[in-house]
Amino acid sequence: MTTKLFGEPVRRREDARLITGRGRYLDDIGAGALAAAFVRSPHAHARVLDVDVEAALDVEGLVAVYTYEDLTGPMAEPLPVLIPHPQLHAPRTGYPLANGVVNHVGEPVVMVVATDRYVAEDAAERIVVTYEELPVVVGVDAAREARAAVHEDVPDNVAARHHQETGDVEPALAAAPHTLSFTQYIERSACMPLEGKGVHARWDADDASLRVYSSTQASTSVRAAIAAKLELSLDRVEVIAPDVGGGFGVKIVHPWPEELLVPMAAIRLGREVKWAEDRREHFISSAHERQQRQEITVGYDDDGRITALDVHVWHDNGAYTPYGIIVPIVTATQLVGPYAIPVYRVVVESVFTNTVIVTPYRGAGRPQGCYAMERTMDRIADDLGLDRAEVRRRNLITPDQFPYDHHLTFQDGRPVIYDSGDYPGLLDKLVALVGWDEAGALRADARSRGKMLGVGMALYVEGTGPGPYEGGHVQVLGSGKVLVSTGLTSQGQGHETVFAQIVASELGVPIEDVEVHTGDTRRFGYAVGTFASRAAVMSGNAVALAARGVREKAIRIAADVLEANPEDLEIDEGLVQVRGTPGASIPLRTVAVLSNPLRYAFDEAAKQATQFAKAGSDDKPPVAEGDAPGLEHRDYYSPIRSTFASGAHAAVVEIDPATWEIDVVRYAVVHDCGNVVNPMIVEGQVHGGVAQGVGGALYERMAYDADGQLQNASFMDFLMPYASEVPDIAIDHQETPSPLNPLGIKGAGEAGVIPGTAAIASAIEDAVGRRITSMPISPTELYDLMRNETAERTQASLQTGVPA
Amino acid sequence: MKPAPFRYADPRSLDEALDLLSDETGAKVLAGGQSLLPLLAMRLAAPATLVDLNRVPGLDTVEATGDGVRVGALVRHARLLRQTPDAQAAARVQPLLARATANVAHPAIRNRGTTVGSIAHADPSGEMTSVLALTGGSVTVATPAGRETVGWQDLFVGPLETSLAGGAVVVDAFFPALPERSGTAFAEIARRKGDYAVCGAGVVVTLDEDRRVSAVRASYISVGLVPEVHDLTEAVAGEPVDSADWAAAGALARTLVDPDTDIHASADYRRLLVGVLTERTLADAAAEAVQRSAA
Repeated sequence: MTTKLFGEPVRRREDARLITGRGRYLDDIGAGALAAAFVRSPHAHARVLDVDVEAALDVEGLVAVYTYEDLTGPMAEPLPVLIPHPQLHAPRTGYPLANGVVNHVGEPVVMVVATDRYVAEDAAERIVVTYEELPVVVGVDAAREARAAVHEDVPDNVAARHHQETGDVEPALAAAPHTLSFTQYIERSACMPLEGKGVHARWDADDASLRVYSSTQASTSVRAAIAAKLELSLDRVEVIAPDVGGGFGVKIVHPWPEELLVPMAAIRLGREVKWAEDRREHFISSAHERQQRQEITVGYDDDGRITALDVHVWHDNGAYTPYGIIVPIVTATQLVGPYAIPVYRVVVESVFTNTVIVTPYRGAGRPQGCYAMERTMDRIADDLGLDRAEVRRRNLITPDQFPYDHHLTFQDGRPVIYDSGDYPGLLDKLVALVGWDEAGALRADARSRGKMLGVGMALYVEGTGPGPYEGGHVQVLGSGKVLVSTGLTSQGQGHETVFAQIVASELGVPIEDVEVHTGDTRRFGYAVGTFASRAAVMSGNAVALAARGVREKAIRIAADVLEANPEDLEIDEGLVQVRGTPGASIPLRTVAVLSNPLRYAFDEAAKQATQFAKAGSDDKPPVAEGDAPGLEHRDYYSPIRSTFASGAHAAVVEIDPATWEIDVVRYAVVHDCGNVVNPMIVEGQVHGGVAQGVGGALYERMAYDADGQLQNASFMDFLMPYASEVPDIAIDHQETPSPLNPLGIKGAGEAGVIPGTAAIASAIEDAVGRRITSMPISPTELYDLMRNETAERTQASLQTGVPA
Repeated sequence: MKPAPFRYADPRSLDEALDLLSDETGAKVLAGGQSLLPLLAMRLAAPATLVDLNRVPGLDTVEATGDGVRVGALVRHARLLRQTPDAQAAARVQPLLARATANVAHPAIRNRGTTVGSIAHADPSGEMTSVLALTGGSVTVATPAGRETVGWQDLFVGPLETSLAGGAVVVDAFFPALPERSGTAFAEIARRKGDYAVCGAGVVVTLDEDRRVSAVRASYISVGLVPEVHDLTEAVAGEPVDSADWAAAGALARTLVDPDTDIHASADYRRLLVGVLTERTLADAAAEAVQRSAA
C-alpha cells in the first residue's frame, strides 16, 4: 500500500506557510480595527479609590474608555472558576476590569479604545488611578506565614488543600529501616509564547452575530464564555483560532478579561476592535507557573526500595484560581512517576500571593513532581552509597505489573491507572545512550581541563490525552479533496501534518489531497482544546474514526456501483478497487459525487459520475432511511481515562570552578509515547521541551521583589535560553502502544520539559558535591552555595573527597 | 509598548542637525537606535523630536593612523569586524577595539548599532565605554559653537549620563594606538551568549625592553556606574613576562572595584569574575605584547 503514512517522518506541511511569512496570526487580522489598550495596576495589592479619565478625553483618536462601572450583567460578575473542585475551598477570581481591589501588578483597571494602539496608549497614559496600597504577599513562604492576606476573607492565604493517600503513611514511615526528610524549592517561570495573547472582534449588526478571533488554545470554550458573559445565543457567536504563535498552556486559560472586553466593545461601538498583547503585558498579566516549596519524608529499606513517601507541597497559585487546582493535582498525582510506592500521602496547599496567576505551563505541575521524586531517589542513593540508576531500577514498576493502579485520582477525576509501559527498558536505553557507566572517564577528562563534571538523570510518567472527548469530521469532495476538521486548536505543533497523515493512512488517499482545519467553531462546534498532551491522542483518534466511517460508506457505495462484495474492496491512492481485479475500480472523488443524489452537472466530476450512476429504484427514497447525502462522517473519541507516556532524561554538566558557569555538555532522552505518528514531529516536540527544561533549570525565573514588582518583565532580563544555551540532544525511542485507543498512541507535547530541572539539579550536585535544594540555579547562586560553610555536602563527596 | 508621539527629522548635513537640536527642546539624536528605540517603545524616554543622523554625510569613516583609530558616528559595530582594509588597519593600530566589538550583543544589533552611539549612550554595561576609557580615548563633539575634544574622563558622568549638552552631536570617537611592546585582551561572561555581560574585562599589558612587565591597566564592564581604568602594575611590576603572577593582578583588581548587585549577579560574584577575567585576559594580553615586541 503506497498511502501508508502513519509512522513516517513526513515533513511538516504548515512550515512553508509559517516560515515564509504567510501565516495569519491574530495581529494580521483587522488592519483597520480600533485598538484597545489597558491601564493596568502598578501595585501588587491596592484599593482602587478613584479613576479619573478626564485628561484622556481630549486625546485625538480616542473612541471609548471603559471601567468596571461600565460593565453590566454577567460582565460585572467575577470571572468564572473554570474547573471547580471540592478541595478548592476558597476559589477567587478577578473581574474583567478591577472592582475595588487589585491583587497583582498588571491587573486590568481601565480599557481604552482608540483609532490605533499608539493613540490608545497615549490616552491610557493620561488616565489617573488613585490607589491605597495594601500589604503585599510575595512568594510561597510569605503566603504560608500569612502575616498579610491577599484576599481579606482568606486570612491564611490557603485557597485549596488537596490531599490524597494510598495507605497509612505514618506507621509505614515508623517501620521503615531508613528515613530522610528534606525541603526544597522550585521557582516561577512562564510559557512565553513568541506571540502573546490577542483578540479581534467584529459585530455584524444586520446579522446580529459576532465573530471573534482569539489567539487561544480553546476556541469552542471561548465561544461559550463570550456567549454567556455577553448574553448572546451561542449560535450568534463564532470563534476562530487563527495561526497561533505558541501557547504552551497560557492560552488554554479562558476567558481572559480581554477575550470578553474586546467583543463587548465591538458590539457597543459597532466597530471592529482588536487587542494584541505586548510583551510587558504578557509578563505581568497573563500566567506563570512552577513555584513550590516541597517538604518530603521518605522511608526505604537497606536496598533503597521506598516503603513510604510523605509529601507536603506549598504551591503558589498567584492572585486568583480561575483554572482551579489542576496544577496542584497534577503535581500530587504524577509525582510518583514510574515507581511503585507502597504507601504514599500527598498534601498540596495552594496559596494566594499578590502575583500573576498560576495556570498550566507545559508540564503543568509535573516538572515539580518529578523534581520531588527524582531528587528523593538521589538522596536515597547518596545515603546508601548506591548508584543513582540502580536505586531507580529497584523501585521501578515492572512491565508485568500493567495495568498499574496507583490508587490516586487524576486531574480528569479518573483513577491513575498506567495503561502500558516498560520503565526498566527506558532506563537501560538511557544508561547506554548517555554513557552513564562511563561517567568516571568523563569526569577525569573534565578534571584534566580544569572543569568539574557531573551526571544526573530523571524519569517521569506523564498522564496524557485526558477526555472528555474530541471530535473529527472528514468529508470527501467531488474534486477528490478530503476535508478534515477537528475543534481543538493548533499552536504550531504540526497538527496539519499529523492529522493528514492519519486520515490519509486510514482512508487510502494521497496526503496532498487532505486539508486539515482546526480551532474554528464554524466548522466544528464541539471540542475541548489543546492542552495536557492530548491533541494527537484525542483528535488523532477522532479523525481516524471519522475517516474509517467515510471509508466504510465509500466502500458501501462503490460495492453497489461495481457490483462487488464490500469485503473485496480496498482504497488506495484515492481509488476504490476490487482487490486483485485491475480495472474494477472507481475513484473516491466519483464515489463522493454519487453519494449525493442531487447531481446538477456543474462540473466535470458530476459528469463523470453519471457513467456510474444507477437508476434509482421507484419504490425507495433517493436517500435511504438512516443514510445521508454526501461522503462524510463525524465521529468522537472519548477515552475511559488518560494514557500514560513515559521517558527518561540524563544530563551531563561541566562547571568552571573559577567562574561557576554551568554548561550542559550532553543531554540524552529516551522517550515513549506509544505508537509514533510522525517521529520527526515527536523529536521536535522533545527538543522544544528540553529547551524549556534547560531554561527552567538554569536561566528562567520571575524575579519579583518584596513589593510584588516583576523586575525582569522583558526579554532582556528574563533569560529564555537561546540556541547557544541548549545542548545537542540525543534521542532514543521506545514504543509501548496504548491499549486504550484505536491508534495506540500517547501524548508527546509536554514530555520534553518534565525532567529537565530534576536531571540538571542532580548533575550539578554530582559535580560540586553540595546539596542542590533550590532550582533554578545560576552561577552567582552556585558561587554563594560553594562559599557557604554550612551548605550540606553529599555523602558521595565526603567519601571521595571530590570535589573541594 | 508604543512610543509617545514625537517629531522626526532627517537632516542632510551636520549643520542642519545641529540647528534642529538647538531649536528643539527635548530633541534626541538617533543613529543605530539599538538602545534608544526600546526606551521609546517602553515610554522610558519620550523625546519631542528625533534627529536622525543617518542621512548626514561624512560620519561613516574609520580612519587608522599611527596615532590611533578614529571612528565616525555612523560606523556600525559590524564594520570593525569586517575584513576590509580600514577595519584591518584599525585592528593593527588598536586591536582592543575589534576584540571588544566582537562581544557586542548579536549580529543583528551589531549591524545597526554604532560604536559612537554606544559611547554616547554611556551604559556601563556597554563594551565601548570601557574601551574608550582603557585606551585613553576621547570624542569629538560638535555644537553650533564649533567642535571640541572631550576626553573620556570628562565624558562619563553616571549610568546613561554624559557631560554633553543637549544640542551636541558626538561626531566621532578616537581610540589612541596601542603603545609599543604592549598587548591587549578582552573577555566577558554573560548569562547567555550575546547578553549584556555580567562582568567583562579589557586589559593592556606593556613590557619593557627586557620583556619585564612595566604597566598593566584594566577596565571592566557592568562593574561600577561609569567606566574606570584601574592600574594593576604594582602587582606584577618588573616581573618577567613568562612568569608574571597574573593571579596577583587579579587579586589586586578585586580590591579596587565596587560592583553592584542585580538580579543576575551579586556584587561578590562580580568581584570574583573581575579577578578571574583579569587573570585570564592578562595572560592573553601578555602573549600579544611579547609578539608585538618581537616584531
